[in-house]
Order: sequence, then C-alpha cells, then structure tokens
Amino acid sequence: MSAAERTQAVDGIRPRRTAGKAVVAVAVLLLLAAAPLVLGAYPVSTMTRILAFAVLVLSVDLLTGVTGLPTLGQAAYFGAGAYTAALVGIHLTSDASVQLLAGLVAGLVTAALTGWVAVRARGVVFLMLTLAIGESVHQVADTWSVVGASNGLAGMPPITLFGGPPLLAAGFVYWWVLAAAVVVFAAVALVVRSPYGRTLRGIRDNEARMRALGYRPALARYGVFCLAGAVAGTGGALWAAHARFVSPGDLGFEVAALALLSVVIGGAGSLWGPCLGAALVLLVRDNLSAAVGGHGPLVLGLVFVAVVFLLPRGVAGLAAGIRRRKEGLS
Amino acid sequence: MVTYLVGALNGLAMGSLLFAIALGLSLVFGMMDVLNLAHGAVYLVGAYVAVALAGDGASPAAFVLAVPAAAGAGAVLGGVLAGLSRATPHHLDQALLTLGVSLVVAELLSVFFGNDVHSVAAPAPVAGSVTVFGESYPVYRLLVIGFGVVLAVGVYALVERSRLGSLIRATVADRGMVSALGVHTGRVLVGVFAAGAGLAAVGGVLAGPILGAAPGLDEKVLLLALVVVVIGGLGSVRGALLGAVLIGQVQALGTTLLPEYASFLVFAAMALVLLLRPAGLLPARTAVHA
Repeated sequence: MSAAERTQAVDGIRPRRTAGKAVVAVAVLLLLAAAPLVLGAYPVSTMTRILAFAVLVLSVDLLTGVTGLPTLGQAAYFGAGAYTAALVGIHLTSDASVQLLAGLVAGLVTAALTGWVAVRARGVVFLMLTLAIGESVHQVADTWSVVGASNGLAGMPPITLFGGPPLLAAGFVYWWVLAAAVVVFAAVALVVRSPYGRTLRGIRDNEARMRALGYRPALARYGVFCLAGAVAGTGGALWAAHARFVSPGDLGFEVAALALLSVVIGGAGSLWGPCLGAALVLLVRDNLSAAVGGHGPLVLGLVFVAVVFLLPRGVAGLAAGIRRRKEGLS
Repeated sequence: MVTYLVGALNGLAMGSLLFAIALGLSLVFGMMDVLNLAHGAVYLVGAYVAVALAGDGASPAAFVLAVPAAAGAGAVLGGVLAGLSRATPHHLDQALLTLGVSLVVAELLSVFFGNDVHSVAAPAPVAGSVTVFGESYPVYRLLVIGFGVVLAVGVYALVERSRLGSLIRATVADRGMVSALGVHTGRVLVGVFAAGAGLAAVGGVLAGPILGAAPGLDEKVLLLALVVVVIGGLGSVRGALLGAVLIGQVQALGTTLLPEYASFLVFAAMALVLLLRPAGLLPARTAVHA
C-alpha cells in the first residue's frame, strides 16, 4: 500500500466506493424512515431509543475512536442534555427543537466546565478522570432536589413541532428523533473528514509529531471534548423527547459502560459500526434481560469479556478484514 | 464546634477505609497501567462476606473470621483479574474486561443476597460507645481509625523498608528494567494485584458496620477510590494515604454541612488538586509515565 493509498484508507475516502456507499446509505435511510409504516408501536419505540442512544455512542466514538481517548464519562453530558430538555419541556415550551437546542447547549457547557480537568490526561488516566466526572454528575443528579433527586424528573408533556399539535403517536416522535439523529451523524461525519478531524487522528496516532508540526494537541483535545459533550447532550434531549421521563439511572455508570461497549463492538473510529453496536447492545440489554430472568447485567458482563477476546477490532474491523481478503484474491 | 470534631473523627474513619481500598487500585495502576474497574465489586464481595458471616450481631469470632475469608475471596478475584488483564495489552480492552467482571460479580451478589440494603452489626464487645468531646461516639469507628494507622505503618514498613517492598517500588518505576535484571515481574504483578484486591475486600468487611452492603455501593466506593488515587498521585503509597485522609474529611464535612452537594464537593476537591498539581499531591517519585 502506498502512502497516499494508506491516507485514503485511514480517512475512509475511497473514490471507487463512494457511489456504492451512497446507495447503501440512502437505502438504509429509506428503510429506517419506512419503519413506522410497517412496524407496531413497541418496535418503533425501541428503535427510537436506539437512535437516541446511538447519538450518545457517536459522541463516545468521537473521543475514543477518532481521538484515541477512552471515555466513561459521556453519560454525564447525555444526562445533562436529557435533564435540561425535560426541564425546558416542563417549565417553558413543548417545542422539540427548542428542547434539542437546550440539550445541546447543556451538554456543551457541562463538557466545557468539566473537560479541562480530563483533557490534560491521556490513556487510562483519561478514562479514570472521565469516570470520576461521570459518577460525580450522576450522584449530583441522584441527590439534587431541583431535578427530582433519586425519583427522577417526570411529568414532561409530549413534544410539539413548530407550533403543531402534540406528537402522541410513537411514529411521529420516531421520525423527529430519526431526522435529528441523521443531522447529528452527518455533522459528526463532516467533522471527522475535515482537516480538524485529520488533526485529531494525528494526535491519536502520534501526538509528539503533531506538536512538532506546530499543532496544539491540548487545545484540539479540549475542542473535541466540548463537541462530544454537545453531541451527547443532543442525544440526551432526544432520549427525553421519547421517554418523557429522566432518572439518575439514565446517566449512570452502566449507560457509560454500554456506550463504550457499543463503540468497541462496532469498531472504534468507524462511524457506522458503533451505531450498529448501539443497536445490538440495547437489544441485548432489553430483550435478553427478560429472557434470562432479569439478570441482564450478568449476560452483559460476559458479553464485555467475550467482545475483548472475540472481536478485538469490532464489526467494522471484521468487515474491513473481509474486504481486504476479497481484494487480495481478485 | 463539637459537631465538627465528631465529623472530623468520622472523616478519619472513612479515610482509614478508603486507604485500605485505594491502595491496591493505586499500586496496580502504577505497575501495570491497568485501571481495575472491578475494584468496587471486590469491595462489595468483602461487604457481603461480612453480611453472610456476621450479619445480625453474631459472635465477635464470626466477625473476626470474616476478615480472612474476605481477604481470601478478594485475593482469588484479584488473581483472576490480573490474569485476564495480562491477556491483552490494550487499555481499552483491559477496562472492558474488568468492567465485565465487575458487572458479573455485582449481579451474582444481588442474585444471592437480594436487592435489599443489608446492615452489619458491629461485634458485641465494641458495639457500644464512649464519650468523646462530651458526645457519645461509637467505639467501633475509633477501632477503624486505629486499624487505618496500623495499616499505614505496616504498609510503609513493607513497601519502604523491606526487600519485597523495594522490588514492588522498582516494578512500579520501570518494569522492563526489573525484568531485565532477572526478576519474574509477572509474579510481582499478580501478587500485588491479589494483595490489593484482598485488602479492598477486608475494607468491605470493616466498612460493613458503617456503610452496610447494598447493590450500587460498588460504584460509589470505586468513585471515591478513584478520586483518592488521582488526588494522591498514581502508584504512590503515601499519596494514597494523603488522598484517603483528605477525601475522608471532605466527605465528612460535606455530609455535615451540605448533604445535597457532598458528591459535588468530592469532584471539586479533585478538580482543585489537579489544577494546582496535575500529577497529584505525592506522585510516585521514581515512576516514569508518558
């Protein structure tokens, strides 16, 4: 592989495949959009939750996969977004776009306030600091009476859009969440392919060299941390729009761990892989848990261990391997 | 004023327990660069061993017996964790592995003991209280403070003054060099991992009469231990001691003065320390970290 080819492979831009990829993307989008027309209310509601969770997973991937900073703290910003959206929904307006914006800003601000502590570190220390931040925010949510403490925040009215009637049907809420999630996905994809995204990958692969080239890794890391906070906050607002109830459990350790697991299952650094991982993880948690008598965490724990040994590079890594093997044959 | 003094005593008792719990986390981190996310679960195993053996004010002998039993269980778990995390060199994989083990252990505990909050009675001879600063204070907590002092002295003697201790410190500082000198560092690593986990489980037993045992306690304890390690400096015994005493006081003062914001105070303390001393208060002197 020549250097230029390698750069292309790393960036995920392969001119030969662009057309094929676009077809697949449009087909997936159409299938997702058509889902409420053929599926019942329960599967649609499950898919809504998967989409909101996938936005959180995207934010984890932005840090862990693209920038190489393993994080267990994104659930905190997800929760900040969810709580803010719910508070806006209860006290100000039921307009979903306002709630979404409020959630985005809340995630951004919380990440900006807490992130400077974390971005000085790398590797496991970063993991440790984000975990400490996440758990602190979780415990604040668990004790602070303004947000309902351990009872959570209930009583959020159904969302409306652009002054229309309340969206009561699961399908309408799903379409709103889908539209927002697609926009977020596109925005993250743009960032990852921009020169800034290239800088982030450079920092991941060789920070000393990037510094020698005149980049400022600390600033770039802080920037991506704030960005990831905003993405997670958006995911939280979408989660609240669907659930209309936020509890401290929504920003707990388990959510953060599941988001990280989704990224690892999907393949860190790829964008579509972790989204697939998010769907898998939520389906396993919600359905397998009932099948094994409510002992979901037991199964999940075993999944964590199994993933490390069986899927070291994730689903995306698996797909890339198959592609490489095919190309080697032809 | 008396309230604060009693609060400070509570803080010292909490600090003693935190030192016992955080020590293993810190040393394992310093040696292997492994963040053991199952450390809280190991602590919880110790707490439930205390529930099983000495749950409702059983004989003092049962409580004393719970200590070696928990240490053994913790050490076995620590050995398993050490083996698992040595199987893969990637930080992310190691974190996922220990996370998986912690989920499995916590779920098994709640299968066997249910989801209720269990309390552990202090053994009968020390269950009473004495008058301190004109207020009655539980004898048991004073004993826990005494345990903390003994542990700190013992660990200091072991790590700073013994041959084994110099081996441990050298492995923290430069594992490759120690290995090149012909020492089987793998054994040192597994030994320290197991000993640290055993100590955390003992901490769980001793904390039983104070904190009880309940699902979710593992995460709270893991958070406190993490903050202690970060504040003190990674891989440093003295740092773990200082961090534990500090966080014990912050916790105690927080619950006395601002109960709603106690957890926020812990984070604020960590942020403040990291702002002033990014490597922690007493980082391991010889440790080489990238």
